[in-house]
Amino acid sequence: MAIAPAPTAPRGGEPMPDDGPAGDGAATPGRAVRLLRRLLTFQTLLVGGSVVVVGYLALVPLGYLFHDTFLSGGGFSFDAFSRAYGGDSQSGSMMLNSLWFAFGSAALALLLGTALAYVQVRTDTPFKGLFFAASLVPLIIPGILYATSWIFLGDPTIGLLNTLVFKPLFGASPINIFSVWGMIWVQGLHLAPVAFLLMVAAFRAMDPSLEESAAMSGAGRGTILWRITLPLVRPAMISGALLMFVQSLESFEVPGLLGLQNGTYVFTSRIYFVLRAYPIDYGAAGAYAIGLLAIAAAGVLLSAWLQRSSRNFQTVTGKAFRPRPVELGRARPLAGAAVIGYFLLTVVLPIAVLIYASLLKYYAVPSRKAIKTMSLNNYREVLHTPLAFTALKNSLVLGVGAATVVMLLTAIVSWVVLRTKAPGRRLLDMLAFTPIVIPGLVLGLALSFVYLRSSLPIYGTLLILLISYCTRYLPYGMRYSSAAMAQISPELEESAAVSGASWFQTFRRVVLPLMSSGFLAGWVYILVVSFRELSSTILLYSPGKEVLSVLIWEQFENGQFTTLAALGVCMVVILVLLVSVAYRLGARFGLQGDSTN
Amino acid sequence: MLTVESLAKSYEDSPGRRSRRAAEGTTRHFAVDGVDFEVHDGELFTLLGPSGCGKTTTLRSIAGLERPTKGRVTLGGRVLFDAGKGINLKANSRGFGMVFQSYAIWPHLSVFKNVSFPLEVMPRASRPGRKEIEERVERVLDVIELGSYARRPATKLSGGQQQRLALARALVTQPELMLLDEPLSNLDAKLRETMRFELKRLQRELNLTAIYVTHDQSEALVMSNRIAVMDKGRIEQIGKPREIYTRPASRFVAEFIGTANFIEATVLSVTGDEVVVDCAQGRLVARQVESPPAVGDSVLVSIRPESVDISTTRRGDVPTEWTGTVVTRAFMGDVVDHIVAVGKQEIHCRSNPTVSIQPGTEVHLSVAPEKVTLVPGA
Repeated sequence: MAIAPAPTAPRGGEPMPDDGPAGDGAATPGRAVRLLRRLLTFQTLLVGGSVVVVGYLALVPLGYLFHDTFLSGGGFSFDAFSRAYGGDSQSGSMMLNSLWFAFGSAALALLLGTALAYVQVRTDTPFKGLFFAASLVPLIIPGILYATSWIFLGDPTIGLLNTLVFKPLFGASPINIFSVWGMIWVQGLHLAPVAFLLMVAAFRAMDPSLEESAAMSGAGRGTILWRITLPLVRPAMISGALLMFVQSLESFEVPGLLGLQNGTYVFTSRIYFVLRAYPIDYGAAGAYAIGLLAIAAAGVLLSAWLQRSSRNFQTVTGKAFRPRPVELGRARPLAGAAVIGYFLLTVVLPIAVLIYASLLKYYAVPSRKAIKTMSLNNYREVLHTPLAFTALKNSLVLGVGAATVVMLLTAIVSWVVLRTKAPGRRLLDMLAFTPIVIPGLVLGLALSFVYLRSSLPIYGTLLILLISYCTRYLPYGMRYSSAAMAQISPELEESAAVSGASWFQTFRRVVLPLMSSGFLAGWVYILVVSFRELSSTILLYSPGKEVLSVLIWEQFENGQFTTLAALGVCMVVILVLLVSVAYRLGARFGLQGDSTN
Repeated sequence: MLTVESLAKSYEDSPGRRSRRAAEGTTRHFAVDGVDFEVHDGELFTLLGPSGCGKTTTLRSIAGLERPTKGRVTLGGRVLFDAGKGINLKANSRGFGMVFQSYAIWPHLSVFKNVSFPLEVMPRASRPGRKEIEERVERVLDVIELGSYARRPATKLSGGQQQRLALARALVTQPELMLLDEPLSNLDAKLRETMRFELKRLQRELNLTAIYVTHDQSEALVMSNRIAVMDKGRIEQIGKPREIYTRPASRFVAEFIGTANFIEATVLSVTGDEVVVDCAQGRLVARQVESPPAVGDSVLVSIRPESVDISTTRRGDVPTEWTGTVVTRAFMGDVVDHIVAVGKQEIHCRSNPTVSIQPGTEVHLSVAPEKVTLVPGA
């Protein structure tokens, strides 16, 4: 879920952490030196440096993207747009697919998520713990693996659901995962936990006396649900739906795996397709990227605006209510069965089929013959591929690097935003949140524009991936850091200053230790999401610099499904380890998480 | 000696606000609006006033946590702040001790570490060695009776102990000046009273120079050597507690410190220090030693409830005696309050609890001349 900061009018000027210099314009040499010395303190250097880095990360790629799209032919022109969206480009059906896919996924996720949240929070359903286990899916199963699992399950010819369930029972194979419907199904299921967590928060924050007073007025359970409960959580539902719409629109894994091979394009897969065709039309890719960026930005801004304007409608009073659960009575076993069914379908089945596939030499429907060929050969192969270790090492290095850089940067930036009265601090806040509207693939494209041009030897190194991850996860780091910073009373810093501590001593010995739990939570979260990042990496990596997710993508393109499955199982295991460490650290994870990658 | 000269602070300093203000033609608002005072060595000086009067802003300006808009702050010969010369020493190089309202105890450090922090962050040249830091921390912890808690996490202390820890942290560097921002306001009533005397004792024994901010008038009266009463960013009166209480310089001071009866009056005659005024209830004799008013001046008469003598019989031996009727009475444990209607005015009288007079009874009120305060410019 993305919350863009309030779009206030920028006041201009570089933020200055300390109060501005008091002198007038006419500076004598002595005063100039004094001014310079004041400006060159460690504090201003560090803070100024962070501001510059954030501005660079957020703005430079976008600048190049617009420049290369509009000015590629020498002068300003819309040529790229007419190539991209013109007559025979089939962009009409592409956009229709995109919107249909995004809308369908958001609707499915919201429907499932809201229903699950209501049942979890407001009823006495059994297996309440399973809900949260299911909500971990997007964190531990990356989109690329989830889509692969559903290919194993829903392929029209070899998919298990077709061959084992529908063919014997009905004599037909109705399921085709390689369609917009299939894409909606996979994306919707993958996003449902996000909707679930959002709606759990909304239901918990609602004052149950509002429902009780409706009951006292004589309303039945259904009427209360329909006329009181759902209208009260409507703001949360609408903003949640918009965010899931944007996330689906930006998602590359699902449309990439399920739509590319039969030409069902959406924005992201279209950009990828254009960049893989020869000759590469960067302008057209840029034009698609700008179109996608515009829709995504509109969605995020609309959602932020709705969240703000719905404040007066809120029933949230800051305390968490413990409402008396609705007694399901005879429907209780039914609800229990539905919960188990949902858990089996969305968690157990995809993981099981991934494990099953990883044990086979060639993917086949389970039979006595298939079971006889089962072995651990794929795992052995994975372990003996030097590339797998390089990829794991790269993934770890990038994850740790991005997490550290982002959290340190956002710790300083959130300090500037929350603690100083520097002019332009709102602008800085907005800059740090800007990347939230940039889809991964668009960022990848924009960065390749920047560094293909730049004389710095960054393109084709791990550094470009690090820059990309830092940019993408800046908003998430910002959210963790500013939440942690907001909890520290300013007096704790002031008392350090009065005690004689310099700014840096205060920051290192008081601020950082006090925000350490939030800092750590954000750090692990960014490590986890970096681990699964595919959509920007896919445009920026170069041979020998693969990461795990790219390795999986390559194996998919080569048709090595069973090694892919083995690698995928390894990746899930690593992610489970990371996520459980994160939980140990008390990170309240999913609520701040996204799920697209 | 700390000197504060025409200190002013406005929070409307951003360029945006400045231009908006220019457009609207409004004048800027000052949280502190030209404050002057001196704090002598070894003195506990109190800034007293209602919330929003600018007392905390003044204190924070002295601490270096706020940058004032105008004015000058010096300590001894050292200039801490001078708006004209663009001098603004940072908070961390002023070398003061400060106790915050919330105590601002660092929750991630132990009791010992909280106190040793100011020593550990001293500039390398003057920083004491580890051994000395340990000794000094232990000494100060002993002074405030937290010696046995040194290794505990600071958050495990009770409210009163945290308060004393904050004090220890402020004391450990033996600062030239202590700044105390409502240090007792978070304690419960009982503990607050104990800590008042404790704090006063420490201040006197260690000969500390301190500026104390509070909105609690009785706290200010008990603890201070001198009090500055502030209102709307300005100082209304500076004086010793007794002066402030018995000779308020303005209606605001009289109202803010304790309760008072106010009667509008005109000066009839002035003979030596004896001033006779005329008011709706009749004549009243006051003894005004300092700056007696001139004949014909309109003044505000302020009389403390406890200065009013209430009696069912006429005394006859006093210069003025008013007759009224008891409206209500209130028993408050250690005192009894009577509200007496004299003409149209209700007079608030406070006496010891043995006096209790039925409402409706006719009573006679008298005030000793030296207990009558004339506040100029009614």
